[in-house]
Amino acid sequence: MSDKTRGEPPSTDSTSGESTSAIKNVDPDEIETRLERQTDEGAQELRTTSRELVLTGGMWPEDELSDTMIINMGPQHPSTHGVLRLMMELDSEEVVRIKPVIGYLHTGMEKTGEDLTYVQGPTNVTRMDYAAPFSNELVYSMAVERLLDIDVPPRATWIRMMFQELNRMSSHLLFQATNGMDIGAVSMMLYGWREREEVLRFFEKTTGLRMNNNYIRPGGVAADLQPGWQEDLLALCDTVEEGVRDYDELLSQNPIWVERTVGVGVLTTEDCLSLSITGPILRSTGFAWDLRKAQPYLAYDEVDFDVIYTENGDVFDRYRIRLYEVLESIKIVRQCVEAMPPGDYRVQDKKITPPPRARIDESMEALIHHFKLFTEGFKVPAGEVYTSVESPRGEIGCYIVSDGSSKPVRLHIRGPSFYNLQSAEPMARGSLVADAVAIVSSVDPIMGEVDR
Amino acid sequence: MSHLLALDPLFQSGHVGFSVFLVVAVKVLVAFALLLVSVMLYIWGMRKWIADMQNRIGPNTAGPWGILQTLADGIKLFFKEQSIPDSADRVVFRLAPYLSIMPAFLLFCIIPIGGQVSIFGHQTFLQVADLPIGALWILAMSGLGVYGVMLAGWASGSKYPLLGSVRATGQLLSYEAAFSLGILGVLVRAGTLSTHDIVSQQRWVNWHSFVSQWYWLPAFVPFVIFLIAATAETNHPPFDLVEAEQELVGGFNTEYTGIRFAIFFLAEFMNVITMSAVATTLFLGGPSGPGLGFLSAGNALNTWLMPVFWFGLKVIALLFVTVWVRASMPRMRYDRLMALGWKYLIEIAILWVLVAAAIEVANVQNWNVWATVLIAFGSAALAYGVLYLAIPKPDEVVEEFR
Repeated sequence: MSDKTRGEPPSTDSTSGESTSAIKNVDPDEIETRLERQTDEGAQELRTTSRELVLTGGMWPEDELSDTMIINMGPQHPSTHGVLRLMMELDSEEVVRIKPVIGYLHTGMEKTGEDLTYVQGPTNVTRMDYAAPFSNELVYSMAVERLLDIDVPPRATWIRMMFQELNRMSSHLLFQATNGMDIGAVSMMLYGWREREEVLRFFEKTTGLRMNNNYIRPGGVAADLQPGWQEDLLALCDTVEEGVRDYDELLSQNPIWVERTVGVGVLTTEDCLSLSITGPILRSTGFAWDLRKAQPYLAYDEVDFDVIYTENGDVFDRYRIRLYEVLESIKIVRQCVEAMPPGDYRVQDKKITPPPRARIDESMEALIHHFKLFTEGFKVPAGEVYTSVESPRGEIGCYIVSDGSSKPVRLHIRGPSFYNLQSAEPMARGSLVADAVAIVSSVDPIMGEVDR
Repeated sequence: MSHLLALDPLFQSGHVGFSVFLVVAVKVLVAFALLLVSVMLYIWGMRKWIADMQNRIGPNTAGPWGILQTLADGIKLFFKEQSIPDSADRVVFRLAPYLSIMPAFLLFCIIPIGGQVSIFGHQTFLQVADLPIGALWILAMSGLGVYGVMLAGWASGSKYPLLGSVRATGQLLSYEAAFSLGILGVLVRAGTLSTHDIVSQQRWVNWHSFVSQWYWLPAFVPFVIFLIAATAETNHPPFDLVEAEQELVGGFNTEYTGIRFAIFFLAEFMNVITMSAVATTLFLGGPSGPGLGFLSAGNALNTWLMPVFWFGLKVIALLFVTVWVRASMPRMRYDRLMALGWKYLIEIAILWVLVAAAIEVANVQNWNVWATVLIAFGSAALAYGVLYLAIPKPDEVVEEFR
C-alpha cells in the first residue's frame, strides 16, 4: 500500500509536489459510491479531504478503500492528553491517515482577555498552557511592559528567569511521566510525577499555588522569594538531577523502549519549518533553534547553558532532548541561586504595581492607587506588540493591540502546542496504532494551549 | 480404567468407592478454593509490590494491610450494572468470560502441589488429577484460554475490542508455538507427559539437586522461552497488547462491565498463577525441596507441609518476577512482538529440541556424548546461520509481517 516504509521520514512534498500533478482518471460516480460505502459516522467529517485524496490518488489506495476502518481516539481516551480527538483511518493496525480534531477545551480565553484589564490578564493567560503557566504569564507581561516601555528591576528579571527554568523542569518531568505512560512504562509515570511534585512544592511555597500561579505580572513578580529559598532550590536541583539520571538508566538503554521510539515519527528540519514547529521537536531534527540563545530575553545572555539538539528527529530524540534540557535548566537555576541580585522584585510605579498591603492602612494615596489599580487597571499606550519566549513546548508568542485604554483590543497567544500538533499527521501516516500514540505523546500537546 | 482416569495410587485398586469419591471431591474443592484465594492474594500482593516499586502505598484500607481489597472490588463489581452493547452478539458476549476462566481452573487441576500423602487411609497425590497426558493437557487448556479473549473482542461489536481481538488471535497463536516448543524441551528430557512423573524425576536428594535434578539448568533455553511465551500467553506486560490501555482503551474487555469484567480480570491473573505453577512443575522441581532434617522423612510435616511450602515459595518467586517485569518494562509493539515470536523464539526452541533429542539418543545408544553434543551444536549453528541469512534484517522488509 503506502510506498513508504515506517522509519523513513514522511516527506511533506507528497501533498504539495506529486499530488497536484497526478489527478487520476477516476469516474466521479465511482468516488461517490466509494465514499458512501463508508458508513462510519466519522466518514462524514473526513469527506472533504477524502474526496480530494481519492481524486489526487494521494495516500488512499483505491483497492483497499473499503478495508479501512475509521476509529475515534478520544476525546475520551487514556492517551490523548486531555481532550484531543484523533480520527484515525486504520488498515488493520496501520494508520492510513490521522486527523486531530481540536476544540473540546475551547473556552474563548483570547476573547476573554479582551474583557479583562492588564492587571487581570495574567490570571487569564496562565490557564492556557497549564503545564507551563509561567511562560504564558511571562510572555504576556513582557508584551504589556514593552507597550508601557518600562524596564523591570534586575531581581525581578532573575526571578522570572529562574521560574522559567523551574517551569521547564516541571513541564519536561510531566512529559517524561506521560510519555512513559503512553509507551507502557507505567512506573515512569509515577517517577516523573514524583520529581515534578518537588518542583510544584517550591512553586507553592513562593507563589501560593501549584498551578495557574499568576506570579509573573506586568511590572515584575507578585511576591519576593521566601526566606530559605536557596537551600530549597539546591536540594530540589539535586533531587531532580538524581531523578533524571534514574530515568536515563531506566529507559534510554531499555531494548523495548528503544524499539518503540527509535525511527518512529521522523521529521526533518524542512518539515518542521514548513509547519511552524518549534521547541524540542524542531531541535530534535538537528536545528539548534532556541529563543533563549537566538534572541536572548530576560538575562539569558548572562547565564551559561547549552542548547540540546539531536539529528534524527524521532520520538527517541524528543524524549532525550527533553531529558537533557532538564539538566540544562538545573544548571541555570543553580546559577540563578548564585547570582540573584538584591533589590526590588517589581517596579515601584504605583500606577502599575499595587502598593504594599501595610501602606494602605496609613496612606490615602496608597489606598487610592490600590483601588484604582484593581478596579480600572492601568492605561497602556496605543500600539501593537508581539513578544515571544521559549516555553518548554516551543515559541510561545503574545500579540497585543492596545487602543490606549486599560484593556487590550486584541489579544492573541501563539501557543506552540497548536502548531506542533500539526506534525502528528505527517508523522503518524503509515505507522502503527501504537506508534501513533507514541508520536502524539512525543509532540507533548497541552490542550488548554491548543484550544485556548 | 485406572490408566485412563489417572495414574494416581488412589485408583490403583480398581475399586472406586464412596470414600475415594469423597477424597476426589475434597481435592477438587480445595483446588478451586486455593486458586481463588491465591488469585485474591496475588492481586493484592502485586499491587503492593508495584506500589513499593513506584513509591506508592498501594491498597491499605480494606482489611489488614488492604489484604481484602480484591474481595471488596469483586463485591462492588458484582453489584454493578452489566451492560451489553446493542451491536454485540449477546450469547457469545455472555459466554466469553466463562470461556476465559474455565481453562485456568482446569489447567490447575494437574499441577502437583505436594507429594504422595495419605487421606482417610487412601494413598494419593496432592493434585486433583495426574493425567497420563498431563503436558498435552497444559497445551490444550492454554490454547482454549485464547477463545475467551478472542470471542469477547469479536462479540462486542465495537472497534477497539475488535482490534484487541485481532491482536489476541495473532499474538496468542504465535506464542502458543513457542510455548509448546519450550515444554517440549523438558519432555524430551523427562520422557513422560505425566506432571507427577516429571516432578518426581526432579526430586530433592541433596543441595546439588538444585542444579543436577531440576530441569531449569539442563533445559535453560526452553525455560527462558517458556517464561517469555507464558507471559505473552497470559497477556501480561510487556506483552499486554491485547488490552493495551494507552492504545485500545481496554482492548477486548472495553465493553465489559460489572462481574463479567471482574471474571476476565480474575481469569487473567489466574492464568498467571497457573502458568507460574506450570513453570515450577516443569523446570523448578515442583514441590521438591529439602525436608526438615530433625524430623523423620515420614513425619506429617515432611510429607504434607514442606512440599507445599516449597511449591508455594517457587510460585511466589516466579510471580514476583512477573510483577517486576510489569513494573519496569514498556509495552512492546505488535510487529516487534510477532517478530520476536516467529523469528527468534520458535527457531531457538526448535534447535534446542533437536539438540536435546540428539543428546538423549546418544545416552540411549551409548554414543560418545561429547562428540554428539559437539556435532549437534555444530549442526544447530549451521542451521541457525542458514536461517539468519534467510531472515530479512530489521530494516529490510517489514511489510510482510503486518
